[in-house]
Amino acid sequence: MSSLSASRRPHPALRWVHKQLFPNLLQSILTLATLGLLLWSVPKVLDWLIFSATFVGSSKADCVGGGACWLPVVNRIDLFVYGFYPDTETWRVNLAFVLAGAIIPLLYFKRIDRRWVLGYMMLLPFVMWWLLKGGLGLSSVSSTQFAGILVTVFLGVIGMLFALPMGILLALGRRSKKPAIKLLCVLYIELVRSVPVITLLFMASLMVQLFLPEGVTIDILARVLIVLVMFTAAYMAETIRGGLQGMAKGQYEAAKALGFSYWKTMSVIILPQVLRNTIPPLLTQFIGLFKETTLVVVVGVLDVVGIAMSTTSAPEWIGLEHEVYLFLAMFFFVICFALSRYARHLEKQLEKSR
Amino acid sequence: MNTVNEPRSVDADAPVAVRIDALNKWYGHFHALKNVSLEVKTGERIVICGPSGSGKSTLIRCVNQLEQHQEGDIVVLGQLLDDHPKRLRQIRREVGMCFQHFNLFPHLSVLKNCTLPQTANLGIAESEAMAYALKLLERVKMREHANKYPGQLSGGQQQRIAIARALCMRPKIMLFDEPTSALDPEMIAEVLEVMVDLAAEGMTMLCVTHEMGFARKVADRVVFMDQGEIVEQAPPEQFFSQPESPRTQQFLNQIINHGVTAG
Repeated sequence: MSSLSASRRPHPALRWVHKQLFPNLLQSILTLATLGLLLWSVPKVLDWLIFSATFVGSSKADCVGGGACWLPVVNRIDLFVYGFYPDTETWRVNLAFVLAGAIIPLLYFKRIDRRWVLGYMMLLPFVMWWLLKGGLGLSSVSSTQFAGILVTVFLGVIGMLFALPMGILLALGRRSKKPAIKLLCVLYIELVRSVPVITLLFMASLMVQLFLPEGVTIDILARVLIVLVMFTAAYMAETIRGGLQGMAKGQYEAAKALGFSYWKTMSVIILPQVLRNTIPPLLTQFIGLFKETTLVVVVGVLDVVGIAMSTTSAPEWIGLEHEVYLFLAMFFFVICFALSRYARHLEKQLEKSR
Repeated sequence: MNTVNEPRSVDADAPVAVRIDALNKWYGHFHALKNVSLEVKTGERIVICGPSGSGKSTLIRCVNQLEQHQEGDIVVLGQLLDDHPKRLRQIRREVGMCFQHFNLFPHLSVLKNCTLPQTANLGIAESEAMAYALKLLERVKMREHANKYPGQLSGGQQQRIAIARALCMRPKIMLFDEPTSALDPEMIAEVLEVMVDLAAEGMTMLCVTHEMGFARKVADRVVFMDQGEIVEQAPPEQFFSQPESPRTQQFLNQIINHGVTAG
């Protein structure tokens, strides 16, 4: 009896197909149309991207397969990654990438004491700056030699790590009971948030120079970094303020009743909880910042987009814009998608632990 | 449980722990506390009761300045309360408080909840703080849960930890703001037991509670508040058997008819 009914009931996979893909006529047509489109396009795309593409060669003339010509990227990969960084010093860039990437596993493992992670994140921007720019035993590298992915990662990671503490202070200031501090923070946040980042970048590259005495210049990288930090901090402040507002009043009261001072209350009781809750949105903001770094190209800093642009206009690679920009898109997609999945994962974990 | 308030342990000339003098507080136009005066001697156990909105919570929250008053004086342990932040913190460290919703720090383990206030605010070394915290957790029968997090524990357990956490500051006065109101009935007894023990040790206590059984057993004095005023105060036997004011009588009738007196 039971074996009979079991054999009559369709396989779960079949039931899923029926329910999800062919529940009625319209849905079935759409399913078939989508399938047809995929069957027609995927092989073509893959063929162009990989099977008929050219990966090895020295000039445009070697691209004879009819597919994509990846030679400009392959032959210039060092330029894309390290920019004009001195060849003998590229280990410094590699080390900086590894140090920056290490944040992700550090955040992942809950066993590691959060204070260590925090300390690491506080030190990292200074270490990266020293490592990449030189000084104190390392040969100094001029900002004009910075280009490519190096600039993108440099601005993104250092920018983020400086913006976080500044965002925290702004958020606290905005909720301060002292009117002067509150007003300043509100003004700052609202002003920065209502101006496009590109205008701020222009201001940093052109106008700041007007206010400085003759002969004094601030490094262009430092200037755009400051703008990106200012900009991101204002947005982060709003995220963190949301977290602060969501905190139960009882937490503040308990801390007060136990005699905690304001700064101790914030640093050991309120902020650890708020930051834990806001890691996912903060990571999302980091993704935003990472993409926003590409705007520096308008003030003459050659980030990875700048290198791509110069590649497409180089005489020997002219006409290969598709491949170069596709590579650029894939570079940003891979990093940003991974980060956004990671933010989702953290969010889910938080929901579980609640 | 034995009745702890017999024989009277409080000396008539014991030093004053809390003196509240002509206290007035407004929330906007709402007059929350009207000319309230109350004196609590060291070692005295006070139970404050009254209908909701009568200002009883506001009153004890003024004692450690979680609420600020506009008129009148509060002297705690010989110190006149003002808004000087450092002096205020000093007073708060000597006045423990238990909340209706426990307010444990959810991101810290039970043990850390109890050690952090000591290390951060009393400058006590970690090892010593830990030993003292474990001793107090033992006392509230929560020692085996020391490494758990508040979210993993029941309301009654959390409230016992909250009491232990407050005691870790070695307070001279304990304030209880409806400590059992948010608890399921079967957990009320375990919290009251801890409070009765604390009273038996001579802690100065101000308790806002609806647990009339606790008031009978423990209180030296029951204070009845209504509409921001102290209507009546008397030792429990007198308060429950011969309440003077009609408002008190009405309140007691309501409470008894609804069977809240069990406990």
